[in-house]
Amino acid sequence: MTTPRKLRIATVSLAGCFGCHMSLLDIDEHLLELLGQVELDRSPFTDIKLPGPCDIGLVEGGVCNAENVEVLRAFRQSCKLLVAVGACAINGGLPAQRNMIPLTEILEEVYHTSPGLAHGLIPNDPELPLPLDKVYPLHEIVRIDYSIPGCPPSAHNLWQALSDLLAGRPPELDQHWIRYD
Amino acid sequence: MTDTTENLRRVAIDPISRVEGHGKVTLLLDEHNHVRQARLHIVEFRGFERFIQGRPYWEVPVMVQRLCGICPVSHQLAACKALDRVVGATSITPTAEKIRRLMHYGQILQSHALHFFHLASPDLLLGFDSEPTRRNIAGLAAAHPDLARQGVLLRRFGQEVIRITSGKRIHGTGAIPGGVNKAVTLAERDELLREIPQILAWSQSAITLIRRLHETDPALYENFGLFRSGLLSLVDARGELDLYDGALRARDADGGLIFDGADGQHYGDLIREEVRPWSYMKFPFLKALGNQAGWYKVGPLARIQNCDAIPTPLAEQARRDFMAYSGGQPRHAPLAYHWARMIELLHAAETLHRLLLDDDILGNELMASGERRREGVGLLEAPRGTLIHHYQVDDNDLISMCNLIVSTTHNNQAMNKAICRVAQDYLDGQEISEGLLNRIEIVIRAFDPCLSCATHAIGKMPLQVELLDAQGARLSSLSRLGDGSYT
Ligand code: SF4
Repeated sequence: MTTPRKLRIATVSLAGCFGCHMSLLDIDEHLLELLGQVELDRSPFTDIKLPGPCDIGLVEGGVCNAENVEVLRAFRQSCKLLVAVGACAINGGLPAQRNMIPLTEILEEVYHTSPGLAHGLIPNDPELPLPLDKVYPLHEIVRIDYSIPGCPPSAHNLWQALSDLLAGRPPELDQHWIRYD
Repeated sequence: MTDTTENLRRVAIDPISRVEGHGKVTLLLDEHNHVRQARLHIVEFRGFERFIQGRPYWEVPVMVQRLCGICPVSHQLAACKALDRVVGATSITPTAEKIRRLMHYGQILQSHALHFFHLASPDLLLGFDSEPTRRNIAGLAAAHPDLARQGVLLRRFGQEVIRITSGKRIHGTGAIPGGVNKAVTLAERDELLREIPQILAWSQSAITLIRRLHETDPALYENFGLFRSGLLSLVDARGELDLYDGALRARDADGGLIFDGADGQHYGDLIREEVRPWSYMKFPFLKALGNQAGWYKVGPLARIQNCDAIPTPLAEQARRDFMAYSGGQPRHAPLAYHWARMIELLHAAETLHRLLLDDDILGNELMASGERRREGVGLLEAPRGTLIHHYQVDDNDLISMCNLIVSTTHNNQAMNKAICRVAQDYLDGQEISEGLLNRIEIVIRAFDPCLSCATHAIGKMPLQVELLDAQGARLSSLSRLGDGSYT
């Protein structure tokens, strides 16, 4: 596939485990093909810290703190298409298990009462972003153009979706490769 | 470094890139650009230890692997090892143990390959000051296409071992408390065996490559971010390297034993943790030495030097070469982590080869059980270092207590020491440039940190966040008052 201008792709992990990014690497040799076709903008794989104008933004993970909100909004502004990748981005995923428990209780437990603590205290530095009361899915904060389900989505479907988007088509996922376990 | 924040200029590296997880570094500089403070902050809080409580124990191995998508197998196996004790499987069947070992060494291989080739090598091969937009895997693929391809295929092989033994490349379900749910078929074994010679050859050339880098610029490689500290890892009953099981051994900075053969079930007698207000990641230390002197390093550099030998021949020779390079003196240089990591890459390839030739992996005795217990601790050496999972289970099979000490947490103080050293040596009194800031990240990358497993908390700064939905309607708001309470 030849394109007159290389498309720019940005990727980010918010409240996720990086498994979705790893699944993207699981496209194996296609990765080298992809890197030949596109320019990578901000991503955990590059040293670009702020996203510039991009064609496609891939977001892994839900929104768990004030910084996630800021980064997600910046991505929405710079990316023409924003794609929610994986369960955490689509519905909060496993980190949203904490939504059932008051935040203060969790912090107390982890930093005050957990075994083996020399002397507990809850971290409270202005450098640490404020945690939100709950973990939110992306679409509750910004408009999302496409979602790719799975925990993580299979490499097969990530490659399928990217190939479609790069060719200017809406992504069509292979049902056989959609797994929710 | 001082804590005074008056009249100081703040420089942030945010986010730290080409590492796994979320972190940032802040530097405070005075008017002459002297570095007064350098800190690595872990900025995410997830609270797994709390929300895992009340879940049935058998769900835990698949839940906790979502702590980390790079080393999910480590968390799954550490949880299973703890819960083996709960289901009374004090020893699991030979087939189950060997399948788990395959899974684990497959993961060591893929994670080490990923770290070196995809994340860290652009600094080492393209240059610390190379153009930041090219200093990544795409830049590597353009400049050294063969190396980039080797990295991709080494990682692919490790991921295939994981897929075959656990069902999926990421977040599989193969290991369960008491054993595994699947052995390997002949066809699967042969498929993997076919690739072994190539994987061994590439692993060996990775060691040659990293050694050559050391030899080309010894002053840089031996001194960059240098600090001295103790070492902690598991070793097997003979004192040799074992990444799946063993007893805890700790050495001081000169290589002297602090303790040896310590049973991980009692880790609480050996290790304590401290919290500091500016990071969600805790600071562990050896109880015997106290919080000032008791911190240590974990991971490849600690393991290679903590063990008496590596039980596979090629990697053992590589370990001896590594030790001989410093005349037998313990090596503490952070960049030597890369060399040690590539020795482990080779060891993982050799171990996979051995396991694949062992007919036990084709067996069908998969599960063991015995007298139920209420508590278990699971330890193993994850790619980044010693990993500890500790659970208690109540009468209804529900988790009632969970404590996790993840690999990167052990290295918290070590990484902070390393960035202070780099800040002093390279940034102090200088005009701050991108290349200089990248040096801070380079020393952090050497530890291959997995910042994903860290946390978030309540502070004392008055602060308010409003969350608006896509249409601009208010979804929620949260205020932090000056006294640290929430409304
Ligand atoms: S969807 Fe699954 S793989 Fe992706 S970030 Fe969330 S937990 Fe990790």
